Amino acid sequence: MKDLNLFSRVFPILRELVERDIKLRYRRSILGIAWTVLNPLLMMGVMLIVFLNFFRSQVENYPLYLIIGHIMYGFFSSATTIGLNAMVWNSSLIRKVYIPKAVFPISVNLSALVNFVFSAIALLIVMIITGARVYPTILLFPVAIFYLFLFTMGMSFALSALNVFFRDIEQLYRVILMAWMYMTPIFYTVDIVPDWAKWIVRANPLSMYIEYARKVIMLGEVPGVMENLYCLLPGIIMLALGGLIFHKTKDKFVLYL
Amino acid sequence: MDGSLEEKPDIVIEADHLSMMFNMSREKVDSLKEYVIRLVKRQLLFKEFWAVKDLSFTIRRGERVGLIGHNGSGKSTTLKMVCGVLKPTKGRVSVRGKVAPLLELGAGFDYNLTARENVFLNGAILGFSRSKMRDRYENIMEFAELKEFEDVALKNFSTGMVARLGFAIATCYDPDILIIDEILSVGDRDFQAKCHERIDELIGRGTTILFVSHSDDKIINICERVIWLDHGNMVADGEARGIIERYENNG
Repeated sequence: MKDLNLFSRVFPILRELVERDIKLRYRRSILGIAWTVLNPLLMMGVMLIVFLNFFRSQVENYPLYLIIGHIMYGFFSSATTIGLNAMVWNSSLIRKVYIPKAVFPISVNLSALVNFVFSAIALLIVMIITGARVYPTILLFPVAIFYLFLFTMGMSFALSALNVFFRDIEQLYRVILMAWMYMTPIFYTVDIVPDWAKWIVRANPLSMYIEYARKVIMLGEVPGVMENLYCLLPGIIMLALGGLIFHKTKDKFVLYL
Repeated sequence: MDGSLEEKPDIVIEADHLSMMFNMSREKVDSLKEYVIRLVKRQLLFKEFWAVKDLSFTIRRGERVGLIGHNGSGKSTTLKMVCGVLKPTKGRVSVRGKVAPLLELGAGFDYNLTARENVFLNGAILGFSRSKMRDRYENIMEFAELKEFEDVALKNFSTGMVARLGFAIATCYDPDILIIDEILSVGDRDFQAKCHERIDELIGRGTTILFVSHSDDKIINICERVIWLDHGNMVADGEARGIIERYENNG
């Protein structure tokens, strides 16, 4: 099969699957897609009340600081937890018809990306309410999302494949995800982290993506070449690794689902 | 049908020494704990089950071929390999042309979606773009007699309704190869008659058909050639009537 052929075959499926995810998520909910905007705002409200007294002094616009970290981490955690089950939940399709298997993790990530775009409206609302200064560098925000997307996609490939063979990955991953959240500066700033743990937070790719976004939105700085490389490399490595695991195991999925 | 002149462009399905092995003991291991226990006990690689053994055949454009055999003879496994759902453990199968697979009831459907949404999802899986499906949408709904239920979720459908929808979608765009696994037996008499009409129409246009059924009458009605499988081995391959007779006498 030629590449172009494969794309024209895969694209309609991806489109239907992404639409399916979004439709099913909001079916029977009165506010529908508005939840995607409302949810991060409400969550941010809660975190604001809880953490305001602890961290107010370090950051000039703490609500904005919070919501950037929250929606980016939210994208990562929802895309990977759903991605983890991409194969298992679609087992009825995989066992009965031929579909290029990679469409499932990819469609999950694309749906999460669509949701992310809506939740970015919440970010704009916070910027307006807090009267934040708008820097032209905010246009680089999608670059941070692109790096994050590569990483999330790689994670989803790896997790969805492993979960087919070992269903307890799901339980394990929940714990990992929680630890990961605490290793990411969502509501705290890196300088309050004790010295022995700083390197963990700094080496965490999620921290890099979130810091990148905060830099372009809140400080109006253009990240340097090295910073871009530090963001790009983990994404590419994860994608290559996840893709490799997925590719090596995909023919066996149907036997284990 | 004198198999001497095998012009390659004429062949639409070529199965080349197909074998499919299921590892019975490993299939049940799906937790890490169990995996480690079995790894330690060295039980991981035991109990091979060969559902299909070294099966070769070629099917030409326009041939109507039936697969017969008892339960567990490897018929469905063979069809699944031809459709690409299963990857053969050994051997290779090449297929030329657009395949319309009707392997199982509700294959390629999401039961949470409505009938309308499923038409487009299933169409996409079969390789048709949305605009192509839109052109045929009315046609499909009319054939399946489900127009008034188009916005009902599939989980509320009866088996017959799901089967009708599946058949209508698979045959809406002239497929080159139609692969049917037994599912024509669902649906009422009227709908079955309609299906056979549509199949006859496709046969008239030169569609290749690969058909599994436990009903000898249906096989004789549709197929000119029959492949008889038993425990994953080919027993016979040839003219339908003769082989069906032998098969029946064999019990």
